[in-house]
Amino acid sequence: MHPTHPVLTDGSRLIAEACVRAGADAYVGYPITPASLIFFYASRRFPIALPAPDEITALQWMAGLSAAGHLPVTATSFPGFALMVESVNMAYMMELPMLVILVQRLGPATGTATAGAQGDLLLLNGLISGGYPLPVLCISDLEDCWRLPPIALQTAVDLRTPVVLLTSKEMVMTQESFDLARLEEISPVRRTFYEGPGPYCAYDAGDGLVPPFVPVGDGRHQVRLNASTHDRCGIIRHTSDEAMANTRRLEAKVETMTPILYTLDEQEGAETLVVTCDITTGAAREAVETLRAEGVPVSLLVARTLLPVPTVYHDIIGRYPRAVIAEENHQGQLARLLFGRRLPPNVRTVTAVGRMIRPDEIAREVTR
Amino acid sequence: MSRFLVKSELPYCKGCGHHLIVRNTVKALEAIGMEPLDVVLVTDIGCHGIVDGNFATHTVHGLHGRSVALAAGIAMGLPPEKKVIVYIGDGGATIGLQHILEAARMNVDITVVLHNNMLYGMTGGQPSGLTPTGFRTVLTPQGYPLPHHDIPRLVLDAGAPFAARVIAPGDFADVLRQALEVEGFSLVEVLGICVSYGVKMNPDLRLKELARQAGYEPGVWTGPTRPAFRPARRETTSLLETLAVSQRYSSPLEGRLTLILGGSAGEGVQQAAELLAQAAMSAGLYATKKGSYPVTVGVGFSVAEVVLSRTPIFYHGVSQPDAVIITSADGLANQRERIHPMKGGILWLDESLPVPETGAEVRVRDFRGRAGARNAGLYALLTFLRETGVVPPEAFVKTVQESPLGKHVDLAAL
Ligand code: SF4
Repeated sequence: MHPTHPVLTDGSRLIAEACVRAGADAYVGYPITPASLIFFYASRRFPIALPAPDEITALQWMAGLSAAGHLPVTATSFPGFALMVESVNMAYMMELPMLVILVQRLGPATGTATAGAQGDLLLLNGLISGGYPLPVLCISDLEDCWRLPPIALQTAVDLRTPVVLLTSKEMVMTQESFDLARLEEISPVRRTFYEGPGPYCAYDAGDGLVPPFVPVGDGRHQVRLNASTHDRCGIIRHTSDEAMANTRRLEAKVETMTPILYTLDEQEGAETLVVTCDITTGAAREAVETLRAEGVPVSLLVARTLLPVPTVYHDIIGRYPRAVIAEENHQGQLARLLFGRRLPPNVRTVTAVGRMIRPDEIAREVTR
Repeated sequence: MSRFLVKSELPYCKGCGHHLIVRNTVKALEAIGMEPLDVVLVTDIGCHGIVDGNFATHTVHGLHGRSVALAAGIAMGLPPEKKVIVYIGDGGATIGLQHILEAARMNVDITVVLHNNMLYGMTGGQPSGLTPTGFRTVLTPQGYPLPHHDIPRLVLDAGAPFAARVIAPGDFADVLRQALEVEGFSLVEVLGICVSYGVKMNPDLRLKELARQAGYEPGVWTGPTRPAFRPARRETTSLLETLAVSQRYSSPLEGRLTLILGGSAGEGVQQAAELLAQAAMSAGLYATKKGSYPVTVGVGFSVAEVVLSRTPIFYHGVSQPDAVIITSADGLANQRERIHPMKGGILWLDESLPVPETGAEVRVRDFRGRAGARNAGLYALLTFLRETGVVPPEAFVKTVQESPLGKHVDLAAL
């Protein structure tokens, strides 16, 4: 295919533009490598862009803006994200839509700020105290930088929840030739505020799983938001039946309503399925192309919804005699997420730390 | 009962100073003639925070110490006719001190009511940053050894237009009214007593006397007035508009070429590599460019990896480069491990540098001498193109000319 609108761009630019086109109106940022490029673009593009004095404040401002009816976004990396964790829990419990873009870099701790990694998946699994699931979508290429932010924002609004968009340094900082003509138009997220009769209760989901939203400050309905265990109306409760049912609803809505996004590129006769996500997708695609050109049939599963783990991944992997899971961390975090610490004998991992996984490493494991 | 309350019986211990704060808040709100739904009450963690259920206003109950930042976010997101009030304790003010100072510095339109009973009531009476010297707590039965923060003074220093301290009991509704009428940040510290822990540990306590000894002087202070901080909504333009690279040249490259440009930070390595990628695109190739550098951007190495390809590039890492171009000692030191095992390919090396051990063909050239350190990378890439023809050199020259760099560098003259 001949490009029709070729540009040299990084993923950060596409992400920032896509967020704004999808209706995100406020960006709250604190600089951190490798997420600062998103901050830079967002500061030029968002209708409201606020530099926060630290990442706890950033998330609190976002929660406040969200409570007031805005749709806020931030981007950070592990050290900043670690500071945000309690506030992400708060927004989860208050049911405030927002998007947190987590750009992974090499850890532990400050690690190497300018080296990529895929090391934060297991941190996200269990981030919400009590084990409640948080929707985590993962970008696998430049097209995803455009396609996924609107889906993540729509999910945040539809589910009234923070959503994490997971990515990594080389995904958002590497410049690539890219054909903008391949990008589809983005429509703003669909969002309505409750305007019906009172009394309004901020956590009364009726027959559904997600309560209708009214911003604080509304002139007709009193809004009570609460990060502590609360009843339907947002009043603090110890462990009443109503309050516990409300907390359980948080799990039910995320488990059942998070969109399931993946690409399955299957080849007839393939004995091995390569499973991957994020930046390693490029190496996996290249490995698969090379293998197929050499006459080795192989299939590829690119996971975009990482949490809650779609059960369909187990179904797909189960159809293959062998699976190779490729990811840029030491432990095989995606593999552990799927299978625990004891991998089935027919599941292998290709891992690397401090560098990108090469296509030949994946190809070698497939043909081993 | 006031229209600001839905329940008049408050959830506090009998005799707790917090009762007075609620009563005076309600009185102040009535005095300024607000409606309950024009008010957002943001509460922190602590005994004061369980009062939400009594208020007929909007209520938001957040995390320990973060209420001021949360309220700042709400205030920034609402029109100015809405009033945002924060209830926070001395413990919350201790853990969240930065949020208070930042909100004061920014002059966010909120009113903070600081319930200072000089200890953590909800968790059993531990000392906070506002516990005065000598005050006895469960953890300091001999008396607290350190001085306390003076929050009104701190917020005034940070730029708050209004701060006050009152000592309960008493009628301080008028001070609260003044605070609520400020357009911008205001704070009222209310000194009170926790009857459960404060009195238990300090049975002979006289609040006014304690306040005097501790230097907790009551008062109303004002700072210079300035407009409240409100983020304005801006019209912005697309980030994608000025980016297109048009194809005007052609390249003989059939497969893929991987290239490393290694030099020193501050010498334009990344920009030069980016321009090469754009030039390659103008010659009909796919291209990727990534950077590697230490966290300090003005010192040390700067390395760029470029992939040029006839077909789409999915993997943009470079393991065995076809070309390595080194313009400085920093670049050489950083890339030595990659240069050493090279079995083929070409190494272009600035003539000032020692020739490293390598299986690559080595071409020593004068980059720094001819073009200067700042343009050594650009000139080295031009040399590479002149000697290989992978991309027409004129495509690179044109790309540089049309870039912001074009005004400063005459590449064609080199
Ligand atoms: S424990 Fe202390 S601060 Fe808490 S309600 Fe009782 S008296 Fe008030």
